[in-house]
Amino acid sequence: MTATETLELTKKDFQSDQEVRWCPGCGDYAILSAVQATLPELGLPKEKFVVVSGIGCSSRFPYYMNTYGFHSIHGRAPAVATGLKMTRPDLQVWVVTGDGDALSIGGNHFIHMLRRNVGLKVMLFNNRIYGLTKGQYSPTSEIGKRTKSTPLGSLDAPFNPLSVALGTGATFVARSVDIFQPHLKSVLKRAAAHEGTAFIEILQNCNIFNDKAFSGVTDKAARSENALYVEDGKPLIYGKENRRGIRRGPAGLEVVELPEGADESEIIVWDEAVRSPSAAFELAQLQAPEFPVPLGVLRAVDRPVYEQQVIGQIREREEAKKDASLESLLNSGDTWEVS
Amino acid sequence: MTLPVAGQEAATPATLEKISDVVIRFAGDSGDGMQLTGSQFTNTSALLGNDLSTLPDFPAEIRAPTGTLAGVSGFQVRIADHDIHTPGDVPDVLIAMNPAALKANIADLKEGGVVIANTDEFNVRNFKKAGIETDPLEDGSLAGFRVYKADFTTMTRRTLEDTDLDTRSKDRCKNLFALGMVYWLFSRSIDTTVEWLKVKFKRKPEIAAANIKVLKAGWNFCDITQLFQVRYEVEKATLEPGVYRNIHGNSALAIGLVAASRRSGLPIFLGAYPITPASDVLHELASYKEFGVTTFQAEDEIAAVCASIGASYGGALGVTCSSGPGIALKAEAMNLALMVELPLVVCDIQRGGPSTGLPTKTEQSDLLQVMFGRNGDSPVPVLSASTPADCFDVAMEAVRIATTYMVPVVLLSDGYIANGSEPWRIPEVESLPDLRVQFHEDAENFQPYARNEETLGRPWALPGTPGLEHRVGGLEKEEGSGNISYDPDNHELMTHLRSDKVKRVAREIPDLEVHGSPDGGKLLILGWGSTLGAITGAVNDLREQGHDVSRAHMRYLNPFPSNVGEVLSRFETVLMPEMNLGQLSLLLRAEYLKDIKSYTKVQGKPFAKSELVAKALEHLG
Repeated sequence: MTATETLELTKKDFQSDQEVRWCPGCGDYAILSAVQATLPELGLPKEKFVVVSGIGCSSRFPYYMNTYGFHSIHGRAPAVATGLKMTRPDLQVWVVTGDGDALSIGGNHFIHMLRRNVGLKVMLFNNRIYGLTKGQYSPTSEIGKRTKSTPLGSLDAPFNPLSVALGTGATFVARSVDIFQPHLKSVLKRAAAHEGTAFIEILQNCNIFNDKAFSGVTDKAARSENALYVEDGKPLIYGKENRRGIRRGPAGLEVVELPEGADESEIIVWDEAVRSPSAAFELAQLQAPEFPVPLGVLRAVDRPVYEQQVIGQIREREEAKKDASLESLLNSGDTWEVS
Repeated sequence: MTLPVAGQEAATPATLEKISDVVIRFAGDSGDGMQLTGSQFTNTSALLGNDLSTLPDFPAEIRAPTGTLAGVSGFQVRIADHDIHTPGDVPDVLIAMNPAALKANIADLKEGGVVIANTDEFNVRNFKKAGIETDPLEDGSLAGFRVYKADFTTMTRRTLEDTDLDTRSKDRCKNLFALGMVYWLFSRSIDTTVEWLKVKFKRKPEIAAANIKVLKAGWNFCDITQLFQVRYEVEKATLEPGVYRNIHGNSALAIGLVAASRRSGLPIFLGAYPITPASDVLHELASYKEFGVTTFQAEDEIAAVCASIGASYGGALGVTCSSGPGIALKAEAMNLALMVELPLVVCDIQRGGPSTGLPTKTEQSDLLQVMFGRNGDSPVPVLSASTPADCFDVAMEAVRIATTYMVPVVLLSDGYIANGSEPWRIPEVESLPDLRVQFHEDAENFQPYARNEETLGRPWALPGTPGLEHRVGGLEKEEGSGNISYDPDNHELMTHLRSDKVKRVAREIPDLEVHGSPDGGKLLILGWGSTLGAITGAVNDLREQGHDVSRAHMRYLNPFPSNVGEVLSRFETVLMPEMNLGQLSLLLRAEYLKDIKSYTKVQGKPFAKSELVAKALEHLG
């Protein structure tokens, strides 16, 4: 059988015959739709896509994608995907994970995948709650969160997924929102084109256990007020009629009002490719309501890609030792003959 | 070369005595280079054609405080002019680099055995460190032994007087002085070690030269002073014709995996996390990149096995290698491999005890862990290697079963055979099994969980193959389609299929072979794993004495070979020695309702032949 014609692919080709079983109204539907709409546009035959997931609501994702899929175990998707990508660099491997899966039980694999810069596309669905186990607080839940496991409020300070990723030296760090479809698709496309690990935090609403967790940026009214669309080479300007901007003040980033005709020279012009992750880290820290919520690609830099280097070492040795045979290996070291 | 003689008068030339077998133990501080010294003696003897067997014994601490009992490192080697099976129960010769090494080992030494002691280290300070009241070389406590004294350190320093090395570097050569002495005593040439030193210190020629000088000095010291009245010779052994090399278990395992890769056409992917005593498999495979080997030192044991599963999913030969504590961490992922029905080889180089236990010591106590240490009904094939060289064959067999049945396979080795060595007759490449596999490519009516009628294995369908897009995962699958299924009858069917698949392995594995009286008799000593050498030695001795004793050794621990029940029924008594509290005997009793007599030892060291002989005699009445 020949490779699937890539040009003919449509969203429908990426929909599996399995009934989607997320709760009605779940943000996961929107993400699934955006992914199914994006993959046909990437110019790759369908059989080259693999979706690897861990455990949790988000991790049911592969079953609904008509690609190769691997629903692995809790927190370990980055490790499974790393082994796959190291041996099969021809595949485009997407990792689907959640806030609990990636940042609690799988925290170790998550950071090591990012520091190695394995060529994986990673979507972290952050709903700030454990959904599949019915509503315990997660490592991204705000302090004081009252859940079944924290009746008096949670005490753990939350992780900011972007900050964690930036702290590991990740080469591509972005954020989008489940229901912001055009934005999400554009970020997915950027991630698909990135060579190392492309990490996307997707703010995702769990309407059953943590409804409106991101209403500060997703509500119609808040959207225009609080969403800061970060774009390379453009100033950090946001709000109704772009009347606000971000500048660097003596105590860190600050919001500036920009009435018509105001001087915009102090507003930070974003550079996603700057080598140091410090500025991206600072930006990632911003949160509503005092600050806008940064969305888009905060960081995109080139660094050697792990599997390419691994394979490079192997090819180099194969080239240098062309005469290596199993026979020579068996007979290596000191040998003697008994006749 | 003229060398000062410390306290000994030149005597009459030593007489040469032929012996058939000798056990030598090198003991010193863990920084004294005893493993290196022992390995060099071993290699030289191997090239001379002796049969041999080694038993390294070292502490978990890299450098415990010098001079203390905790820091004593030992290397035992037995060389013989005939076929041997163990590194020997008791040493004939003990090289003691310091008082602690003497104290820790003297109880093992054969009555009348030889002690060679470095007198430089026998001082009050070191007695205190070793917890000794008086000088054992002088207080008469060694009266039952032949004691030879030499001041290794002083003579090493004098030998290197005209070099620019600092004292510390000079002192580090003193193990070569001891080695030179032992080479002289056993009539072997220093040439092999000289060549090895030249290569080893290629970039530091002054270090190579110093070591060689000291090695020669040790040899010459014995030659000139006639310290020993007798000099020994152990002639070459009569081994099966062929080309041989000396091999450690972990090396044989690594080479076996490469051989399996070549014979199957599958590139190896080894995911591993460093752990004693398994790390050498990672080191060795990391050096075989020219064979297309990918090694991945993962962030932890779980990532190591998960990455290997990912590699198997993509069509590589996924292997992970660890020891008991690491295997515990891998349990969930092993079950994932079992559920998605992908090949995986899990090597468990067993060490002593639960938890961290005895990292550098040996035991066979992970059997029940690998059999049952996972949730749900989750049987996997389990194989065990019985000697260092056997690791090669077992590695290939584990790969064969994993790829034929699409199942994770556990390979059990242990610290004793992993670090021990023996001569290995190198096989012809053509004689190795053909392990070629067939990936599924036909998209017509493709079902990811369809089954091969013979093996019950499912198709290995690789991502990238057009038309075979499918999903796998840890949730229960519907037979055939592989879709998620919570259907009660389907779960029962799948549970049985996964179990039957493992049972089917028994259809094509060889019968358990009985050595001695195949038709049955009074006593069968049944073993598995690294007890093979001691059991073989014991049974040979007992049979020579006219006792009705036989032996059999199990490589396949799950499933058992088909004839095991019948073999057990042929013997009045079945004795099973194990380095655990009776794990395999528990399984055999449950399976065959035979009252197997369990004989256990959990001291972090292998059975001595004499222990088995004594226990067998009890049962023979």
